[in-house]
Amino acid sequence: MGHGHAHHGHSAEVQPRDPAKVKQILKVTLYLAILTAIEFVLAFTVGRGPLLTSIFVLLTFVKTFYIVGEFMHLKHEVKILIWAIVLPTLFIMWLILAMLLEANHLHEARQYIFG
Amino acid sequence: MATAVIDEKENKALWAGGVEPLKASYGKLMMWFFLLSDALTFSGLLVTYGFSRFSHNAYHGAVEAFHTSVAYWPIPEKVFTHIPFVHTYAPLVFVGLMTFILILSSVTMVLAVEAGHRNDKKDVQKWMLWTILGGIAFLSCQAWEWTIFITGSENGLIINDPDGTVRHVFGANLIENEYGPRIFADLFFFITGFHGTHVLSGVIINIIVFYNVAFGTYERIGSYEMVEKVGLYWHFVDLVWVFVFTFYYLV
Repeated sequence: MGHGHAHHGHSAEVQPRDPAKVKQILKVTLYLAILTAIEFVLAFTVGRGPLLTSIFVLLTFVKTFYIVGEFMHLKHEVKILIWAIVLPTLFIMWLILAMLLEANHLHEARQYIFG
Repeated sequence: MATAVIDEKENKALWAGGVEPLKASYGKLMMWFFLLSDALTFSGLLVTYGFSRFSHNAYHGAVEAFHTSVAYWPIPEKVFTHIPFVHTYAPLVFVGLMTFILILSSVTMVLAVEAGHRNDKKDVQKWMLWTILGGIAFLSCQAWEWTIFITGSENGLIINDPDGTVRHVFGANLIENEYGPRIFADLFFFITGFHGTHVLSGVIINIIVFYNVAFGTYERIGSYEMVEKVGLYWHFVDLVWVFVFTFYYLV
């Protein structure tokens, strides 16, 4: 402290592109594109129901894994940071499940009362 | 004092307290925690959607015979069927395109971050610009989508109220909805609107960061970490859309 150098001196050198890294990014892009295409096709070929919904939820989580893990780099952070983010989101899943069950009961109650 | 200066240079990553919690810089860690809180907000909205949907009647007839009614929740692919300039039945094609645009802009953002790690100002500029363009394209698509949703179909929907009045409704707003129960439209405006606001702020922040890159601010500091932080935000917005796409349009 106290010296206060006006410019931090060494403006770091430009390094050449790393083809391996770019290749990895494009690979993840391809996965995401394929997964979205599969969802799209399934929406029109498979009948609606619990099975299709489960497949959609599963594919969405796979996409989440790639976006958060690779694009947001969370996969390569320290373990405790990964858990600091993942653990609270697991509680959200529980909230969603609880609320959907609750909504089902509400629906039944409405039918019972209002016919 | 000389030793202090050397320490500062060797451990650029340390926070002011002299440690580096979770091996992440202060800005990045705080961005992660902000995103977590934002995820809670979006979850609240999507949970509300799921709750409303499950507490309403589902449509049980054949998909081909579907017609909108306030008595049951609509099939989304029967609601979002338009593409610009062409008068044809194309369910979900336009939203699929929007999803693609946003995922691609996420990819250009990763490439900008990667270029930042290499201190390659030219590449960062190029990829940031593509990301901004992708964001603007997505917002334009959304504006069109909203316009169609608000204007409604040619035939509209005739609603018989319990008190005997008959109304002819075209399109949707926060009070009336041609496509199904009123809350379906309300949540459409809330969820896609809240997400669109995030995209809009992302585009604005991206423009500011692009400006700083172009004027060499990060080059002088010697680190392009700000690109990384705004990148985290941008990917999160993309991720939220992945969820909206699945739960609002597909399921």
